[in-house]
Amino acid sequence: MAERRFRRMGLYIVLSVFAVLYLMPVYVVAVTSLKTEASINLAHMWAWPQTFSLSSLGAAWAQLGPNFMNSIYLTVPATIISSLIGAMNGYALSKWRFRGSNTIFFIILLGMFIPYQAVLIPVLRVLEWLRLDGTIPGLILVNVVYGIPITTLIFRNFYVGIPHEMIEAGKIDGAGYWGIFRRIVLPLSASGFVVAGIWQFTQIWNNFLFAVAVTTPPHQPVTVAVVNIAGSQTVQWNVQMASALMASLPTLVVYIFLGKYFVRGLLAGSVKG
Amino acid sequence: MKRAVPGNARPKRIIAATKKRTLSWDNWSAVLVLIPSLLALGIFVYGFIVWTGYVSLTNWNSYIPNFQWAGFRNYLAVFQTFRFQSDIRNIIVFTVLFIFGCLALGLFLAVLIDQKIRWESLFRSIFIFPMAISFVATGVIWSWLLNPQTGVNLILQSLGDTHPPQWFLSTVFVPSLSVGLIQAGIPLALVAVSIAAVWQMSGFAMAIYLGGLRAIPEEMKEAARIDGAGPWRLFWTIIFPQLKSSTITAVIILSAASLKVFGLIYAMTGPGQDFTTDMPTLNMFQTTFQGSQFADGAAIATLLFLIMAAFSIPYLLTVLRKEEEA
Repeated sequence: MAERRFRRMGLYIVLSVFAVLYLMPVYVVAVTSLKTEASINLAHMWAWPQTFSLSSLGAAWAQLGPNFMNSIYLTVPATIISSLIGAMNGYALSKWRFRGSNTIFFIILLGMFIPYQAVLIPVLRVLEWLRLDGTIPGLILVNVVYGIPITTLIFRNFYVGIPHEMIEAGKIDGAGYWGIFRRIVLPLSASGFVVAGIWQFTQIWNNFLFAVAVTTPPHQPVTVAVVNIAGSQTVQWNVQMASALMASLPTLVVYIFLGKYFVRGLLAGSVKG
Repeated sequence: MKRAVPGNARPKRIIAATKKRTLSWDNWSAVLVLIPSLLALGIFVYGFIVWTGYVSLTNWNSYIPNFQWAGFRNYLAVFQTFRFQSDIRNIIVFTVLFIFGCLALGLFLAVLIDQKIRWESLFRSIFIFPMAISFVATGVIWSWLLNPQTGVNLILQSLGDTHPPQWFLSTVFVPSLSVGLIQAGIPLALVAVSIAAVWQMSGFAMAIYLGGLRAIPEEMKEAARIDGAGPWRLFWTIIFPQLKSSTITAVIILSAASLKVFGLIYAMTGPGQDFTTDMPTLNMFQTTFQGSQFADGAAIATLLFLIMAAFSIPYLLTVLRKEEEA
């Protein structure tokens, strides 16, 4: 009995040590962001701020505020559109299987794995041709298209869980494809939309490659701004950390409140066998 | 698949036919719904990959497009550069460190969390939260934490380490072997990058393994325990083999992430001194959009795609086939 208690205690100690290690960057970012520029000192990085100051956060916001808003204008519509497309595709692929539907699913899914460098040159050419180059609508288009595979996957796996008898019952009532979707499937889709929405929100907000390739200065989202601030030699560490913190806050807040759904998206995205 | 026996199947067949017709109209709706997505992906994924492949075979190596045929000359040229040879070494080293780090840490944490502990969801959330942050923010934060003059090194110094590592600024190779134009050892700078990447993605491996552990029937563990297997043997002979499909899934997804790694490098180190932390993705981006060597960039991009296709297509096919059987 005593040995068991001892082992349990060891277990909690090890877990807590790892939890502290994982949270260490958060501590450093938070304390550095709350220090004044004058009190930034390489030798005292771990020290608690002597006086709390919002000046670093203010300075960071002055530089990246507009980019933060760009990220919102980008992420909100792109998330909504790609979730809706995913729901329609997932419904078609799970509840109305036809010959070749698995092949179509495969063709769609493969798009999830490609390194986006392999499409980047044509993407920029086509956006130029559409006169969307450098703009947020152009970036929305790109994120929506390349988001189709993952949202389709999330919704397909979600709809597989809706019992087929409910669809059959709808058919007996004389409902067709869209009637069943509207009256039976859509009302059951709330948590599917939460999972897909959170996943896409996080991915699109955090995306860097498309953001840096597609947009030009006034339209750049927050991830590009963070890199620009970090890359400039004149910006102090406290401002850099404050900008990284700000860029991470929206997705972190979503994670803290709806983490369960984020993990579901994470596992859905792994196409497990 | 089953064929109706001719002769007595007549009425049945009529029912089947009418049923099929009503079904097929709705099935057509399903097809129609999928067409826009298929068109979009047909163009933006498959068409664009072919387009990139075509560009890689042309002479378009300046700002002005030039579609004169070049054959495989760009590929040869790329392979002969110091930078690309460094990339090959780096992506191999990074992939091994990153995947091994994520799997080992993820499995370890998953096993601990699976011991029916209190505050389970709190611990789980802590280990997964870095996944919600962008790679770019991770890069900026870890370049501060692993800055040789501060951060982690302050702790190492207080523990008595007088020569703490240079982390991502290191130019040391272990071992130092010259192969071709490059040093073939492990660039220590990449170890620093891998630490940041493992911090970010190990929670994913943990989540996958936790799912795998929970799927193992309790009786199986019980039976082994009754047979007198100790916890260590129980784990390696009974539990770990059951986690094979979790391991495969995690390896495939992490390999894809590793091959795509871009924002982390861009924000944390860039190509690094003598390309010690450069990656094919970064090389492609800079060669194409900063150096205007479009055909060379397209060649690197095509190689990236082919590597990805080589492991993701077989994986997807087996997953889908298994699902169809189920």
